[in-house]
Amino acid sequence: MSENFEPKIVAFVCNWCTYTGADLAGTSRLKYPTNVKLIRVMCSGGIDPVFILKAFERGADGILVSGCHPNDCHYNAGNFHARRRWEFFDELLKFTGVEKERLQFSWVSASEGKKFVDVVTKVTNDIRALGPFKSYKLINEEFTAQFPETPVNENEVILSGENA
Amino acid sequence: MEELRKLAKELLEKKEIAAVIGYRQISAMRTKPIIAKTAEDCEQLVFNEYCLNNLAVYLTKARIKELKRVNGSVLKLAVTAKPCDIHSVIALMQESQMKREDVYIIGFNCHGVVKDFDIAFRGETLAQKCIPCETHKPLYFDSILGEVKETPAAPDKVIEKIKEIEVMTAEQRFKYFKSEFDKCIKCFACRAACPLCYCQRCITDKTIPRWIESSPHSRGNYSWNIVRAFHLSGRCIGCGECERACPMDIPLSLLNRKMAIEAKEAYSYVSGRSLETPTLVGSYDVKDSDELFM
Repeated sequence: MSENFEPKIVAFVCNWCTYTGADLAGTSRLKYPTNVKLIRVMCSGGIDPVFILKAFERGADGILVSGCHPNDCHYNAGNFHARRRWEFFDELLKFTGVEKERLQFSWVSASEGKKFVDVVTKVTNDIRALGPFKSYKLINEEFTAQFPETPVNENEVILSGENA
Repeated sequence: MEELRKLAKELLEKKEIAAVIGYRQISAMRTKPIIAKTAEDCEQLVFNEYCLNNLAVYLTKARIKELKRVNGSVLKLAVTAKPCDIHSVIALMQESQMKREDVYIIGFNCHGVVKDFDIAFRGETLAQKCIPCETHKPLYFDSILGEVKETPAAPDKVIEKIKEIEVMTAEQRFKYFKSEFDKCIKCFACRAACPLCYCQRCITDKTIPRWIESSPHSRGNYSWNIVRAFHLSGRCIGCGECERACPMDIPLSLLNRKMAIEAKEAYSYVSGRSLETPTLVGSYDVKDSDELFM
């Protein structure tokens, strides 16, 4: 792996627990790797697996999905539904050739700023050890070769702001 | 055959059903679906080993709703179905697409169907899904036709292939599936043939934002095939229609079977077997495994 490889990690976090946990990590002045880009959603049950595929399409090397602990969900059962769904999606991605470290899951509550730091550090280290997501990048390269006129991110205007 | 036609005519005459969704012979080795609404149509109904289509795909919520609107839910839709097709009907009922009393199931004792219509040229006889099949008798039915014959189940080639893939490295697996998905021409025949792909508007048809690119190149193909398999995980009953409909011969049943095995191992759930059980992905258990989560 090239020495200056900085992994791109996207974290889908729930508004009520993990996002607040990340906030706590910030207000407690804890440091965590800057490779991770947080995307706040209302509930871990609201994260559609196509978000994950889209993130991989856009060049993410690893993805973290995080929500409230079981029995802690703001919407009572969102994370229980999510748990079953992710179980299947994880199995499917592993079967089709995505390393299991590329997609990781965690429960981080609003009071666990330290745990959030640990989780993000672990994911970053795992991905750093694995290197870039070459398999998927190959697909993107093929796409660019096939359609040189089309931007890699087709819906740039709709999906992202200036800073994305 | 005569039994089936007689039953269909009787039911139509008694005004118990509005139509029979069945098969008609169009050549020596080929059948086509038919929606028989008159006694004349019923004369064409057949059931034999060339009845490949899963007719549950025609049992849509819209069709039943339309029937109810016209007839005030007195009439039912009759469907001639193999035991595996009945699993699809049950799965649709589990997912509240219709009620048991909306459908009149004419079940058949089945000993397997042929692989494809052009079997004479290929020299293969039994369809892949029929080789390991153990359900020769329908689980739910209103009438049952056809004779019972014991057919022993043989080992499953798909499972062997799955095991073969599982021992590969991640990179090899990705390469294998990429080469398979690269064949995809995005015709969505798999979606059209699947009785459980009943969404009014599929996620691939949504354009703002466009989650799955609709043009056939490797990137869109990977997303589409993964999402299709994911949306069917824990639901697919394994009728194999997607794979048969696929013009590019992508081994779609590999993914479907893998997910079905997962559902059975992790939750001891088999889709479409009981009207009383809630669906797997539509329900949850507080005691589900937490292994995946840090």
